Amino acid sequence: MPADPTTLDDGLDTPSRLDPESAEWVRSLSGSGAEREAAVVRLHELLLRVARGEVRRRSGLLRVDGPELDDLAHQAAADALLAITSKIGQFRGESRFTTWAYKFVIFEVSSKIGRHFWRRPQVKLDVEDWERLPDRFGLDPARESEWRELITALRRAVETELTDRQRQVFVEIVLNGVPLDAVVARLDSNRNAVYKIMFDARRKLRTALAAHGYPHVNTSEQR
Amino acid sequence: MNDLSALDRFLQTDPEDVGCGRAMELLHLYAELAATNAEAAAERYRGVAAHLRACGPCKEDLEGLLAAISEPRS
Repeated sequence: MPADPTTLDDGLDTPSRLDPESAEWVRSLSGSGAEREAAVVRLHELLLRVARGEVRRRSGLLRVDGPELDDLAHQAAADALLAITSKIGQFRGESRFTTWAYKFVIFEVSSKIGRHFWRRPQVKLDVEDWERLPDRFGLDPARESEWRELITALRRAVETELTDRQRQVFVEIVLNGVPLDAVVARLDSNRNAVYKIMFDARRKLRTALAAHGYPHVNTSEQR
Repeated sequence: MNDLSALDRFLQTDPEDVGCGRAMELLHLYAELAATNAEAAAERYRGVAAHLRACGPCKEDLEGLLAAISEPRS
């Protein structure tokens, strides 16, 4: 992962001419008085509908339902509304306004689900159950002789090659199955930072295993 | 042969992967294009596509955003 990803191909387009509906959203939300209030109410209704749809879509992961699920959707919609209205000047018109706005509420749902994870009483962080590792990668116990040595080498590489923070995040995400957004919430960090920790850890582990001649590990970076 | 593909995929890193920050910044543009032409989106935003192949949370966000913009607005 490059240190400065803005140097890659994905440059933002120059500000575009707004489609009529998006222009109306920007105009009304940037205004004042009753017209702005009405636009805010209408936007909140849209955001709440998207948030409800999204928490329903992800409810299998949440293990909650009913009022708690709806409360999460309300919180996500309210926080997204605040973010959107404060950043309305950053909308550049490369997409429809609603697509840009829905992105905020989807991110809020993700973040709130990440925080919600820690409300489960059964979550334990102090356990490093390395016996789970084969299962995490779908390895067949009946064929242990084929992968045991590799898994042992992987564990050794985790212990010797990774920094303390990389090892901590590896254990939480890979061994304990903690979702990345929940790790983000616990560390009071952001998704990009935690992903980067894991990205660097994965690269180190692959290099270490390849250096020890494990043939199953592809030594070239994916393209 | 034992299937080590999941482990191999986990260990793979793509130098084109732009990371979560940039992917999240561009996700609305990617989604709007992907809603009509997924291949065109992956080609236009190659670094984002590389990231989405490796990052479950960002891929989940994309799926949520696609669902939201595909929903009829009554």
